[in-house]
Amino acid sequence: MPLSEYNVESIRSRIASGEESLRDTVNRSLDAAERLNEKLNAFLEIDRKGALARAEELSANQQAGESGLPLAGVPLAVKDNICVRGLQASCGSRILGPYHPPYSATVVERLQAAGAVVVGKTNLDEFAMGSSNENSAFGVVRNPWDTERVPGGSSGGSAAAVAAGIVPVALGSETGGSVRQPAALCGIVGLKPTYGRLSRYGLVAFASSLDHISIFGRNVRDVAEVLQVAAGRDPLDATSADVDVPDYKAALTTDIKGVRIGVPRALLSEGLDADVSERIEAAIEAYRELGAEVIDIELPHAKYCIAVYYVIATAEASSNLARFDGVRYGFRAEEAKNLREMYRRTRDEGFGAEVKRRIMLGTFVLSSGYYDAYYRKAQQVRTLLKIDFEHAFGVCDAILTPTTPTPAFLIGEKVDDPLSMYLNDIYTCTANLVGVPGISVPCGLSKDGLPVGLQLMSRHWDEAGLLNLAHAYESKHPLLERPRVSALSDSTS
Amino acid sequence: MPITESDIAKIAELAHLEITPEERRAFTPQIAEIVAYVEQLNELDTSLIEPATGGLTPEHERADASREDAVRPSLGQKLALDQAPDPASGHFRVPKVL
Repeated sequence: MPLSEYNVESIRSRIASGEESLRDTVNRSLDAAERLNEKLNAFLEIDRKGALARAEELSANQQAGESGLPLAGVPLAVKDNICVRGLQASCGSRILGPYHPPYSATVVERLQAAGAVVVGKTNLDEFAMGSSNENSAFGVVRNPWDTERVPGGSSGGSAAAVAAGIVPVALGSETGGSVRQPAALCGIVGLKPTYGRLSRYGLVAFASSLDHISIFGRNVRDVAEVLQVAAGRDPLDATSADVDVPDYKAALTTDIKGVRIGVPRALLSEGLDADVSERIEAAIEAYRELGAEVIDIELPHAKYCIAVYYVIATAEASSNLARFDGVRYGFRAEEAKNLREMYRRTRDEGFGAEVKRRIMLGTFVLSSGYYDAYYRKAQQVRTLLKIDFEHAFGVCDAILTPTTPTPAFLIGEKVDDPLSMYLNDIYTCTANLVGVPGISVPCGLSKDGLPVGLQLMSRHWDEAGLLNLAHAYESKHPLLERPRVSALSDSTS
Repeated sequence: MPITESDIAKIAELAHLEITPEERRAFTPQIAEIVAYVEQLNELDTSLIEPATGGLTPEHERADASREDAVRPSLGQKLALDQAPDPASGHFRVPKVL
């Protein structure tokens, strides 16, 4: 099968027509995961035994006439901060040991019940803190388009696995852009749904008011299919919302005539790479040709989003990560003289530098005397950001920006400069702060042959409109080039 | 505000992190730079603005999120202790507290 055809729909039709058995489909994904891991380091655990057992079970059900599962035999990769019973959940950290959760995330259970087969757990920045995957305790993930470059982060392993054709779809998590940013850098689709659309039960918490489970796919339709199965209220997550889940596939009409797309022009100048700028302008033109109305909008406070984000995210992280103390699970430092020393040494030896930096920053902004100046201030500016988005969505149906200011950068390029690394999230983190859905779609390559991502955001709960907008563009301007490292060859090359 | 090495040492203590002197020296300018960047928020007059409470949508804020108060099975002692670094007699054992 050519890489360009490796998607949920073709997998389903191949299995249905008998062209490739369900077992072979899963087996080929496992083979690819094992073969390419030396080059990409995308997987931290590959579950050959469990995946093949599940494939046998699904095949037997199929032969017994119990077919009809929407994702039967679809290989799925899961970021290693999302729980899958029986597999590890390391969060890319030494402090977890690794931990083996006794339960699965609700989203994973729903996808498994729909027939998806988990082939493995993917590499990530430690506790999802990073934009390059260089913060994993288990080594950097490499970008399939250029293995000297980062895949983005923090869900870099899932992004690389989808980009290289190891799996058609994967789960990641987002706190400030950790799925849309690597999707952009790896030339695939990444969707962060509305806050509350997907249950977070079984996602290891980083910053609870910003965390989302999010979806990678090789095309918009596949992302819509995964969202369809995974979405909806879960009594085990009080922040999951009881909001109707529409038929997302039916929404993919490609008809976008009269849809109003707002472009925040002021954000598209400073610090934006020339190639990215060129690709985004071309995409704006493409939307005009598709019948959308493109208008200029203002998001006056969006330039403050990184400052707001790094106060709120680190404050919440310092609280959430207090639970990693060497008592109930995971790693414990040896021979501590007393409890306090055990806590401190366990956390020092167990956490990497970026996690410590963020815990300390969060502790600082919440500490007595600084709370009002930093944390309260950031939450007030978050209110201003929400108002900006309300105003914008009064005049437009979607907001268009680049996903990232530059294409994939070199491994090591930003590792000693945390602030410059943080600025990668400048276009993505607003959606996490205000809770609206956002999607990144490939919009061509830079002059160096690296993927560029186009970001669209829509109103709360309007994933259907957002997916259709992305689908309309993708149908007209598919990314035909393929990465250097790929599990599948193209018949055309 | 300027962040000094002794501030970093104090924050590390509050966060239960035993950082080395090298880490303290490396983190001080990095955290100082991030704090200075964050202080650009002071350009904005927010005296009349309510702080946000989270990412919740208006639909959420109106909803009753609590689930039925019903008894459900729990993990159980064995499974809960299964991955503890030092379980003993059905408990989590830790080094002496005082």
